[in-house]
Amino acid sequence: MTKLDGSNADRTHSEHTGEPSDGPVGDPQATAAEGKPITFDREGIRAGFLTCLPIALGVGGYGVAFGMLARRAGLSVAEATLMSATVIAGAAQIVAVELWAEPLPVATIVLTTLAVNLRYSLMGAALGPWLERLSPRQSYGSLLVMADENWALTMRELKSGSNRGAFLLGTGIAIWCCWVGATIIGATAGGVIGDPARYGIDFVLAAVFVALAVELWEGHSTLVPWLVALVTAIVAAALVPGEWYILLGGLAAATVEVIRHD
Amino acid sequence: MISDGALALDPLVVGVIVAMTLVTVLTKLGGFWLLRRIEVSERLEAGLSVLPGAIVIAILGPELAAGGPAEWSAAGVVVLVMWRTENILLSLCGGIGAVVLFRALG
Repeated sequence: MTKLDGSNADRTHSEHTGEPSDGPVGDPQATAAEGKPITFDREGIRAGFLTCLPIALGVGGYGVAFGMLARRAGLSVAEATLMSATVIAGAAQIVAVELWAEPLPVATIVLTTLAVNLRYSLMGAALGPWLERLSPRQSYGSLLVMADENWALTMRELKSGSNRGAFLLGTGIAIWCCWVGATIIGATAGGVIGDPARYGIDFVLAAVFVALAVELWEGHSTLVPWLVALVTAIVAAALVPGEWYILLGGLAAATVEVIRHD
Repeated sequence: MISDGALALDPLVVGVIVAMTLVTVLTKLGGFWLLRRIEVSERLEAGLSVLPGAIVIAILGPELAAGGPAEWSAAGVVVLVMWRTENILLSLCGGIGAVVLFRALG
């Protein structure tokens, strides 16, 4: 995974206010690329696929972890694979199988999936200046395979002035193949492995999120919202049943940021 | 249900997976769909931009709070490796190796 630079707080808010045509989350550099016609072809898909392949292999590491966790939670290989093939959202899937219990807490799982994946709506919106120059089928189709890693790669590619509109789709296909393949491997192996604590597999989720947090850290501006999220989540986890603390922590941080913003 | 074992497909589980897929598609497509239609104030945009990190922290906080020194130290190892190398796989291996080691010591 690479730096999630599109969500940086240092995004220049002031420069696009005078250009409503650029879209609400317009980026100053997008205006420069505006002149070039955007393409959507096999070459773009190929370039995206090849650029993303080494990173997608890394994503395979999470896929193996997810497959093992899913199998331990009681999902079959087929169910774990189906989830990876259709949901395509690593963090949310790992959280979901952590919540897996008998009887199945359906509402909690679905709402937490929504909460964990809400960031995708921001990420998709950040790609807006380029996506809106594609046909709806091309743009919405590409967004279906958007994950953290290929979004970051695509952001970087398009910000550098590239006109490859199919880059997101190509990178997404690479992620999808590795994610689904690794899930099958992990789920198959997961049935064999014994006590997860002995191998530290129960720590995978925490380790994944610690690594994600390091990548999302943007310096001092991040400190206050993160402290708010941390305190809210810990207090809410102790007081509120279920997994609502995740959503509450996120919303509290966003609210404080809205109030703080000047 | 096809059969028991590896290929089993429980209708309820498939239903949950379909619901998870629907809400995820909603988030993946919804932001682009919505933000090209409405004007978002800078203030709201600033709030939305802290959401991904805040949600990661909100998941992590209680998870780590429930752990002990072994997990906290291992989390420190992940931060260190990630910060120095920016390599996710290396960080995960380091963290998992560290937690196994620290648990054995503790």
